[in-house]
Amino acid sequence: MRDINTDSITEVVEKLCKSANYYLNEDILKGIKSAREVEESETGKDILNKLIENAGIAKEKGVAICQDTGMTVIFVDIGQDVHITGGSLTEAINEGVRRGYENGYLRKSVVKDPIDRVNTKDNTPAVIHYNIVEGDKLKITVAPKGFGSENMSALKMLKPADGLDGVKKFVIDTVDNAGPNPCPPIIVGVGIGGTMEKAALLAKKALLRPIDQKSNIEYVSDLESQLLSDINKLGIGPSGLGGRTTALAVNIEVYPTHIAGLPVAVNINCHATRHAEAEL
Amino acid sequence: MFYNLEVPLSKDELKKLKAGDIVKISGTIYTARDAAHKRMIGMLEDGKDLPFDIRDQVIYYVGPCPAKPGEIIGSAGPTTSGRVDAYTPKLIELGLSGMIGKGLRGNDVVEAMKKYGAVYFGAIGGAGALIAKSIINEEIVAFPDLGTEAIRKLTVNDFPVTVIIDSFGNNLYETGKKLFRQTV
Repeated sequence: MRDINTDSITEVVEKLCKSANYYLNEDILKGIKSAREVEESETGKDILNKLIENAGIAKEKGVAICQDTGMTVIFVDIGQDVHITGGSLTEAINEGVRRGYENGYLRKSVVKDPIDRVNTKDNTPAVIHYNIVEGDKLKITVAPKGFGSENMSALKMLKPADGLDGVKKFVIDTVDNAGPNPCPPIIVGVGIGGTMEKAALLAKKALLRPIDQKSNIEYVSDLESQLLSDINKLGIGPSGLGGRTTALAVNIEVYPTHIAGLPVAVNINCHATRHAEAEL
Repeated sequence: MFYNLEVPLSKDELKKLKAGDIVKISGTIYTARDAAHKRMIGMLEDGKDLPFDIRDQVIYYVGPCPAKPGEIIGSAGPTTSGRVDAYTPKLIELGLSGMIGKGLRGNDVVEAMKKYGAVYFGAIGGAGALIAKSIINEEIVAFPDLGTEAIRKLTVNDFPVTVIIDSFGNNLYETGKKLFRQTV
């Protein structure tokens, strides 16, 4: 059994909230630069250049890449040999979010109740996904999620008979319907299988994988390439003003499912697909 | 075409703008998003005046980040415009000339734009740190309790936008996509 104190967890979460929001990950930056080479629209190229410039300013000044610093989604992998000391783990994580967003000059975008809609003024509570794993380490991934793209995400319970073609059609239709709203170029996270909530979680987790890393399952990797190519034929382009670069990547995760079902979730993210992680 | 425009934006002036034109806006613009729009329409329904004279003005759909010490404003890129569509036709009827945001607009908004004369500009979504550089002053003018959603008066200098939907209803999202769309 290894003891980990909640103070150190709060401190790490604060740091990760800031770094996830300030620094565009290298794989995304590379992806935008490659897209710029093949983009046929001059306006599209100009927008991609501005996104690169924007990332540079955010990094240099230590400010948010995008003002929508998101609802703070946090994945926690807890080793089964870890013992948390000093109080509530969930409260320690939320305290880290509170400090990160206040001290990091990040926007507070969370309302306490979905109908009543009063801002909590500190971006808490976070959406925390706990997962018990082997070992005595604690891994925390902070993935702030903006809602311009979250709002364009969708889930559908397909029939097994719909098969791969049904999955492709649903993903492409979802991106096409989203049009300019999610701030293209986008990253498309797809979850296939499991149950309704499992598919949604897989789609969210798919967004954590670097965009230059394909699935290690052959048919899934092929599907990622095929969907990316099809999506970039839609013509939506950077900012939706027309062009070749609608998506930078399609990341897919799969999971066993029921004999009667084929759940598919599509979680759209803008180029600010933010995630920062640390291990304690 | 390329234009430098000063706000207030008269109805005559906005008629020359066409979907696809690149525009740099200077002067005073107002911020408002979901919660502020809801309150403004509530004020009108109660027979009250809006917090600012909306005639010939431009509303920017944005909820900025707080300013770091020494900065005027935090990152301040556009939010999705379609969420305020329900409130927009009334504001256009009262004289609103321009809107800056990103994303699709509903038919009711476009019809009001054609009827009363208004233009929908797009700013680059996801470029909030860059866009903040063209904002030279920020002042909260209404609803400070709404935090980032409060109505702010921004002074902007060469604020970069593109005309997405002009006052004749032409839509760059439709024409731009058509140009690059291949059969899937």
